[in-house]
Amino acid sequence: MQRIGVFVCHCGSNIAATVDVKKVVEMVLLEPGVVHAEDYQYMCSEAGQAKIGAAIADKKLTGIVVCSCSPRMHEATFRKCAERYGLNPYMVEIANIREHCSWIHKDMQEATEKAVILARAAIAKVNLNAPLQAGESRVTKRALVIGGGIAGIQTALDIADAGYEVDIVEKTPSIGGRMSQLDKTFPTLDCSACILTPKMVDAAGHPNINIYTYSEVEKVSGFVGDFTVDIRKKARSVDATKCTGCGVCQEKCPSKKTPSEFNRGLGNRSAIYTPFAQAIPNVPVIDREACLKFKTGKCGVCEKVCQAGAIDYAQQDEIITEKYGAIVVATGFDTIKLDQYDEYAYNQSKDVITSLELERIMNAAGPTKGHLERLSDGKAPKEIVFVQCVGSRCSDDRGKPYCSKICCMYTAKHAMLIRDKYPDVNVTVFYIDVRTPGKNFDEFYRRAVEEYGVNYIKGQVGKVAPQPDGSLLVQASDLLDNKQIKMKADMVVLATAIEPNQGVRNIATMLTASIDTNNFLTEAHPKLRPVESPTAGVFLSGVCQGPKDIPETVAQAGAAAVKVIGLLAKDKLTTNPCTAKPDELLCNGCGNCAKVCPYGAITYEVRQVNDHGIREDRRLANVNSALCQGCGACTVTCPSGAMDLQGFSNRQLIAEVDAICR
Amino acid sequence: MSHQNNQAEMIKEISGVNPYKCMKCGKCTATCPAFDEMDIKPHQFVSYVQSGNVQALAESKSLWKCLSCFACVERCPRDVQPGRIIDAARQIVVRQRGGNYLTADEIPALLDEELPQQLLVSAYRRYKR
Repeated sequence: MQRIGVFVCHCGSNIAATVDVKKVVEMVLLEPGVVHAEDYQYMCSEAGQAKIGAAIADKKLTGIVVCSCSPRMHEATFRKCAERYGLNPYMVEIANIREHCSWIHKDMQEATEKAVILARAAIAKVNLNAPLQAGESRVTKRALVIGGGIAGIQTALDIADAGYEVDIVEKTPSIGGRMSQLDKTFPTLDCSACILTPKMVDAAGHPNINIYTYSEVEKVSGFVGDFTVDIRKKARSVDATKCTGCGVCQEKCPSKKTPSEFNRGLGNRSAIYTPFAQAIPNVPVIDREACLKFKTGKCGVCEKVCQAGAIDYAQQDEIITEKYGAIVVATGFDTIKLDQYDEYAYNQSKDVITSLELERIMNAAGPTKGHLERLSDGKAPKEIVFVQCVGSRCSDDRGKPYCSKICCMYTAKHAMLIRDKYPDVNVTVFYIDVRTPGKNFDEFYRRAVEEYGVNYIKGQVGKVAPQPDGSLLVQASDLLDNKQIKMKADMVVLATAIEPNQGVRNIATMLTASIDTNNFLTEAHPKLRPVESPTAGVFLSGVCQGPKDIPETVAQAGAAAVKVIGLLAKDKLTTNPCTAKPDELLCNGCGNCAKVCPYGAITYEVRQVNDHGIREDRRLANVNSALCQGCGACTVTCPSGAMDLQGFSNRQLIAEVDAICR
Repeated sequence: MSHQNNQAEMIKEISGVNPYKCMKCGKCTATCPAFDEMDIKPHQFVSYVQSGNVQALAESKSLWKCLSCFACVERCPRDVQPGRIIDAARQIVVRQRGGNYLTADEIPALLDEELPQQLLVSAYRRYKR
């Protein structure tokens, strides 16, 4: 039999104003096992904890029930308190008589009755509690960052600056990500490359950072502090140790008809290529799908012209296996496909472009060398129409239900830059709402309207029709004037919705990190733990978690780095002992628990058991307690009742229910 | 007023439309091919039901100018379906005039020039599904 002490907290007037705490003390003393009960104004205070300590010593308590606020608030406090006074921390239970009782009831008699019942349930549970020991696991002091855009680069730099080693895995041939494709950045209009490339160089030159480009994460196993990751380093067909980055191979390559991914298909690249001039590493890759040598066996020009002898057609993919303590996902975004938006004629006209394509056109290193021109005939446009919310805020299946967040600002930026550089060009923006929360954001948008004369119209575009003369007929609404507008435009720019990069679902599955219906990775808590995945040891950086602009991405990247550093700074991790444990005599080896486990914590093995004197080999469930998060999915799935959660066993939960229903 | 509210509720029920999903983007009005002939514009259909001003909708020219092409229904990003509101408003007006549901067999004998064509087109679109 346990010797239980019950401590009833007033929480000032939070509890005591609605619950008769003296009555609760009186009632719980009648419960089996309870040898001590008292109330106090603030049980969590120093003095309150001292009372608990004194009672543990005087009454030789073996278990404690604290009737107070939610366990989310102070369970850890009271567990530490118990431990300090020599009691196993897992012998403490909280009866939540604040959030679950005093805050939601008005009638004192009823509330008091309920508080007693809640206390009774906790007492019934403590009667069946057993001391649990938290385990320890080691921490590999190295972090992995998946994705080499601004989010990944910033996270890696911050972790590396704190003295820990970081690997960046980037699937394209260069780090830099989306930001490297942008021309100018809002709201200051500084050049994207000018602020990004120094960071790329810092990352590449940092003694603690190791970058795997043209590489992908292929397999992840292990758990927080001790992940094992297989990285596929795709064959570059170029020896990075020999290549000098002179670029002659790209000039001489005869296969130059592949659409450039970097220029969003607006220009072509050679089969051997670096995505852009400032690429890091400045080592080209051979696109084997486009290379004549690989396709026909005849060519080999690059090998002949390479002075350094770096071309290696025989190079193979390489698998690198590495251990990490923490993993940061920074996989970024792409624009959605516009195939279902026929009304904008995106697929019919070269002069209907996405905003990201406009970034490339406006960029001095882009396909038009920074000249604003129509892609169909190279003429300078005189009338440009911007359409906002293309695919954003759509509850139908064509688009995305969320606001992409960045479009209002980059559209204002584009409109302003065009009006600044080409004052004779008319710019019209069709919007549903203009959303510009952010430091200096609304001022920026107002400047576009007031100083640069951008024509903002509240309404959507219903139809874009290419005309025989090469122009585009735009039919739209003007809701404030209650008009339908038909106007000719030379160019239409679509503020296309953004979505998480393809492949993020695959990465989330490998990491057992949860992901929402829009493929954004889920945070552990939307407000209080925004950079952590619910999966321990996995952190989130950048747009993979939700739409955000560059300053927000950089801030989140730093926050993720701090969380990683906090983890890597530990030598050992304490593991939660409330994990699943199978009863080997009851387990029938059906495998259901392994199927429902979201953390991959359950495996099966054949073990010898001694079943009442009969020794035999049986297939049994085996829980890796370092991986188990104690969710309980296996315990309810197990058909034979073999699986139990320590600290929350079926017997304990039933005892609580019985106590409530008594 | 309460009569109008009842009618607004009836329009919501018949059309299955939740006008509060509308975020006033104007896509319906931007798309509508009959816009020029309408006195009340497609995006306003939704606002009129929101505010319960069904009488104005029932008396509008738009009711019989809408082609029931359902472009607004196809394009609406919020699935509000303004075309269905018009459709429902027409039904209410026709019922008030003493009309009611018919079986398909009864229709040929009843066809006459006075019967608004839109009503038939809309009915066919509706029940074809």
